[in-house]
Amino acid sequence: MSSFHEDHQSRVTKRLLELRRKNRKAFAVFLTAGYPSLDSTLPLVRLCDEAGIDILELGMPFSDPLADGPIIQACSQQALNNGVTLSWILEQVQAIREFTNLPLVLMGYLNPIFRYGVEKFFRDASSVGVDGVILPEVPLEEVHRFSHHARANSIDIVLLVSPTTPISRIKEIDKTTSGFLYCVSSTGVTGHSTTVDEVRAYVVMVKELAVHPVLVGFGIRSAEHAQQVASVADGVIIGSEFLTKIRSLGQTNGLQMWIRKIRESL
Amino acid sequence: MKYGLPDKRGYFGAYGGRFVPETLIEPLRRLEKLYTRMKRDPAFTNEYYSILREYAGRPTPLTFAERLTAYYGRASIFLKREDLCHTGAHKINNVVGQILLAVRSKKKRIIAETGAGQHGVATATVAARFGLQCVVYMGEEDMHRQQLNVYRMKMLGAEVIPVTSGSRTLKDATSEAIRDWVTNVNDTFYVIGSVVGPHPYPMMVRDFQAIIGKEVRKQLRTLNTGKSLYLIACVGGGSNAAGLFYPFLQSTARMYGVEAAGLGLDTDKHAATLAKGIPGVLHGSLSYVLQDDDGQIALAHSISAGLDYPGVGPEHCYLKESGRVQYHAVTDEEALKAAALLAKLEGIIPALESAHAIAFLEKLMPCTKKGECVVVNLSGRGDKDMQTFMERLTYE
Repeated sequence: MSSFHEDHQSRVTKRLLELRRKNRKAFAVFLTAGYPSLDSTLPLVRLCDEAGIDILELGMPFSDPLADGPIIQACSQQALNNGVTLSWILEQVQAIREFTNLPLVLMGYLNPIFRYGVEKFFRDASSVGVDGVILPEVPLEEVHRFSHHARANSIDIVLLVSPTTPISRIKEIDKTTSGFLYCVSSTGVTGHSTTVDEVRAYVVMVKELAVHPVLVGFGIRSAEHAQQVASVADGVIIGSEFLTKIRSLGQTNGLQMWIRKIRESL
Repeated sequence: MKYGLPDKRGYFGAYGGRFVPETLIEPLRRLEKLYTRMKRDPAFTNEYYSILREYAGRPTPLTFAERLTAYYGRASIFLKREDLCHTGAHKINNVVGQILLAVRSKKKRIIAETGAGQHGVATATVAARFGLQCVVYMGEEDMHRQQLNVYRMKMLGAEVIPVTSGSRTLKDATSEAIRDWVTNVNDTFYVIGSVVGPHPYPMMVRDFQAIIGKEVRKQLRTLNTGKSLYLIACVGGGSNAAGLFYPFLQSTARMYGVEAAGLGLDTDKHAATLAKGIPGVLHGSLSYVLQDDDGQIALAHSISAGLDYPGVGPEHCYLKESGRVQYHAVTDEEALKAAALLAKLEGIIPALESAHAIAFLEKLMPCTKKGECVVVNLSGRGDKDMQTFMERLTYE
């Protein structure tokens, strides 16, 4: 059985180990690349970095995002209207790497990657400084299509578990994932609200089974909610709620304070 | 050699599989297990056949199209009359099968996506027959185009939810149905309307539709037709074609799938996924997809709402590449002309989808000979398309 410590030390792994040593929880945010505008991505990443997030998930927009709720759907559509492409996203990552070593994973759908070329995608992503990918449409049975490219380019493939995943399968997924284990907090799409009680018992179980750090996402909305969920996991991922805050607050001190508040509550 | 597809992982050659969020993997495995068990369970299959017989109106006739045959003066043309099924199209064959599975798995809530509304109406119908709650997702654009079917679904007790994202058509309705399913997977059964989606759906829908081909085989035997056989069916997602072709795959029959060329294959307004698409992933399986250079899904166009879809069933991708089935495309105009011709010569107004299959006779018939036999799958009736016919065909 592979252990989390034996994995190659990606930026993601290093950051999560460091947090574990300090007995702190990880805070990841999901940002749709190119939302709300093409020139907002770099300043937003800088703002998040300065406010103390641990991992940035940069969303690669897709025309038909079937795992996403209305908020991320709308942001993806707006980003596509702004002209976002996969090549553009990789250029942005290159520019991000000029000012920060923040662990960065790309999250998105398969079709644009197939079109770009799977091998070329992993090679180019690695060369601009991407640390990992999250592909919610790729279950355990299909990871083999990507894993050798990922390994060859030192990119983590983060796999997901959900409340319908049987125990034996959680173990298998934990063996195969790298970086961390993405624990989907409830059945449903992104942004679907959940209550802490529903989530807690399930996360506790995943946490007991998993060797990798467990980050919980889908439907986390507030600092209290984040804190309660993080208390039984290794960290939380906030997407839809973060994008909603960008829409209501813009790139402001208010947004930075919102991030800091959650960061400090963890 | 035995055909034996899909394989254990749900692949037809390089196409198919299961590309869905983790939440759906276990439910899909369970569904596959249940289906595999039920397929061999005489109680299940008897119930399926008896509902098709006594409720859906099967077997449907194989009609000799005498005047159409005389018009072309070549092979004899037969029409497989799926238009005479209850609810007006072949869609009900599959829905009966899936709803029986829903009942067996004790799910009380049925969801479906629909484009033209035919699959939605069939689902609402059978859900009513079994007293199940039914929710149908339909693009807002399609709801405007197909108001009659929206009303039919409501009258049958279904809730029709307008989908306002993306292009507001079938592809968006499908995404929205999948989102509902991911959220309510514990008590909800998703009835997919075509041979698309994650494994086991393409296999299951094909098997439930295979009744079409099985009946044709039997009916041809009684008619004692010649050896040389041609089969034609239209292809959107491809369920009526899969149902007609599947029982003949091991035979010598020549098969033709007909896609919608819309305004023409040299324009970007068509729905000819097999002719113009590129392998990719849409709605849970690996198959040909209409897409742009960045891998974003392109909008399909067809005068027929049922063919207006930028994806296609994975098995058709395999059958195309293996050469077993030939795929062609006909334009909106050609389909309209064919519908008018069939109405005039045979007294049958076909659905616009099925009119594409009829239109292909123009290309095929000159290559056939007297004594040969052509079967066209008349997958649905044209009632739902009268508005379009009224706008596009003028009579004195």
